[in-house]
Amino acid sequence: MRVNRLALAAVAILTAALSTACSGGSDEPSGEAASQSAAPAGPVKLTYWTWVPNMDKIVAVWNQAHPDIQVTVSKQAGGDDAAAKFLTAAKAGNPPDLVQAEYQMLPSFVAADAVADLKAETAQAKAEFGEGVWGLVTLGTDAVYAVPQDSGPMMLYYRKDLFEKYGIEVPKTWDEYAEAARTVHKKDPKVFLGTFSSKDPGWFAGLSQQAGAQWWSISGDAWRVAVNDEATTKVASYWGGLVKEGVIDGMPYFTPEWNKALNDGKLLTWPSAVWGPGVLSSNAPKAAGKWAVAPLPQWNAGENHSGFWGGSSTAVAAKSPNKAAAATFATWLNTDPQALGLLIKEGAVYPASAKGAALMTEAPDYFSNQPDFWKQAADIGATARGFTFGPNVNVTYNAYRDAFDKAVADKSDFAAAVQGMQDATVADMRKSGFTLAQ
Amino acid sequence: MAAALPGSRGPARPSPRRPLGLAPTGVLVLGAIYTLFPVSWVVVASTKSEGELFSTSTFAPGTGLLSNLADLFAYRDGVFWLWLLNTLLYAGGGAVLSTAVSTISGYTLAKYSFPGRGLIFNLLIGGILVPSVVLAIPQYLLFSKAGLAGTYWSVLLPQILHPYSIYLARIYSQAAVPGSLLEAGRLDGAGEWRLFQRVALPLLTPGMVTIFLFQFVAIWNNFLLPFIMLGDDQRFPLTVGLYTLLAAGAGQPSLYNLIITGTMLSLIPLIALFLTMQRYWRTDLSGGAVKS
Repeated sequence: MRVNRLALAAVAILTAALSTACSGGSDEPSGEAASQSAAPAGPVKLTYWTWVPNMDKIVAVWNQAHPDIQVTVSKQAGGDDAAAKFLTAAKAGNPPDLVQAEYQMLPSFVAADAVADLKAETAQAKAEFGEGVWGLVTLGTDAVYAVPQDSGPMMLYYRKDLFEKYGIEVPKTWDEYAEAARTVHKKDPKVFLGTFSSKDPGWFAGLSQQAGAQWWSISGDAWRVAVNDEATTKVASYWGGLVKEGVIDGMPYFTPEWNKALNDGKLLTWPSAVWGPGVLSSNAPKAAGKWAVAPLPQWNAGENHSGFWGGSSTAVAAKSPNKAAAATFATWLNTDPQALGLLIKEGAVYPASAKGAALMTEAPDYFSNQPDFWKQAADIGATARGFTFGPNVNVTYNAYRDAFDKAVADKSDFAAAVQGMQDATVADMRKSGFTLAQ
Repeated sequence: MAAALPGSRGPARPSPRRPLGLAPTGVLVLGAIYTLFPVSWVVVASTKSEGELFSTSTFAPGTGLLSNLADLFAYRDGVFWLWLLNTLLYAGGGAVLSTAVSTISGYTLAKYSFPGRGLIFNLLIGGILVPSVVLAIPQYLLFSKAGLAGTYWSVLLPQILHPYSIYLARIYSQAAVPGSLLEAGRLDGAGEWRLFQRVALPLLTPGMVTIFLFQFVAIWNNFLLPFIMLGDDQRFPLTVGLYTLLAAGAGQPSLYNLIITGTMLSLIPLIALFLTMQRYWRTDLSGGAVKS
């Protein structure tokens, strides 16, 4: 008797909970459900995951001009977590219609069939972008998996005032950079010319690109993995030698201690990307007007190469019910002059499109002493070369953090750490079932 | 907590001063310093402006508290308040529902014998061993199938059923509600629901407060579940919202001073809650002393 009553009560509670849950669920203005049912009559509704600051303001301009395609921005945390979250959502079947995709993460989205091919919709937009950037969204195939948004050609940021104080010239080659590092450290053992960051694989990838590395390539149906190629090993051994010598510091970027070193004038250079001014002005506000920018030092005198650090694109989810509308918006956002102007002003983005880069005229406040900042950046950007990213960059990048954390702490062989990255990458791709060329 | 509360009902009282008295005090003081040190850092750091944060000495108060607060409240048109309201909804609603479910289940498991009771209880004990972090992604896939991912319910529902709280409620019911009292009520003709409401519930209140506080704090601090479940930033709780300020993406500076100020503000409701809920615990201790 008691059992029955209890069972009845349990059933009653469950039904009550479920019915409230369901009614609560349908009360929510769920973007996708609404868009599907309202598609014929009302406007198309799109959701967009991004971490660009003030993107909601930029999208508001679009929404006002396009009552038939309404975009809702949902600001996410950026970086690797964002990619993992999107992949999980895509797997579960409810991804956003549009997503911000970092170039190095795009291949993993493609491998998971999470993003749509936009070849037909972006035929016009192609002309707006340089070859190098466009290659990052086609992955060297005939398909187009995203519209490029921003790019990060690398250059050398340096403390002009302190270079004068320590009597060093702006290094033109990495040999000169090493010499300058020794000079500075000899004059003041507390001061370093630069630091090797074991937490920023994207930075190391950019420096390797500059040296001519090709970590991944596709030959026929097979992937070729060469994280340990000659160029990368050269870059790693160079920094490893300087760290071992003690003339280059080993603290990672974007940490409180790094901020403090920048503020205190204990770090004189930062080989970084075009988005550097935003970071410097926020993390080292006291040094405004004291920094300047120059091309990266070269491996051989007379050469002129750079790499990319960061940069992202706008991709459309393969499961989006409104792919065409989403592609139209992505194209507008990254090629329309008005949108580009807003991206620069509100989003602090360095646009990937040639038209957008030309809109950058007034030097950032932090670099007010260098009025030709954007001209320099554009010239350097033209010399940057990238490489094809593979489908498991996250594994390679984690291996970088693990191996170089240890190598920096022990001052051990950096080339061995590169080999560790190669081994981890190959092992993971084998396990995931990719065909590898030997 | 479960063992400590009923245990304190014992008649034997330690004499006020014993030679060993200093040692526990010392340990407690060390514990207090250990837990309060980071909190005090957050409070001091939230007074520093952007420029002072990484350049002045660690525990030197800064001058930027008001501008930090103004910046935080102005950030994306005051989205901080929305996140705070969301967190209150998740933590408050989740903790109330969880307490209700746990109390009634724990009471049932403790006071009624029915077939399968042992099995259910053992399953619950097993459930305690599974960390909720492990369940987040499977739960997300399930909620996606049900069409509930991204809704408020997707964060509330998984936190309502909490095996440890049910276990706690069972142990507490066993100790705090004497079977003879329920028998007496039955003889007087009270129905089971009335017995639970009128006899058991008042006795269970201190245990329920404990469960409520545990769950409130756990949900308030929960990061992974809402991070995975929610796509719409208008439904984020504070933990996930503040994280979007920290991981702003390559090339965008992390807004450290806003994050620290936001963290400092998000501590205040927790502290207030503990201060106000404290008296319920005290009621129990004194009540027990008088009765026995």
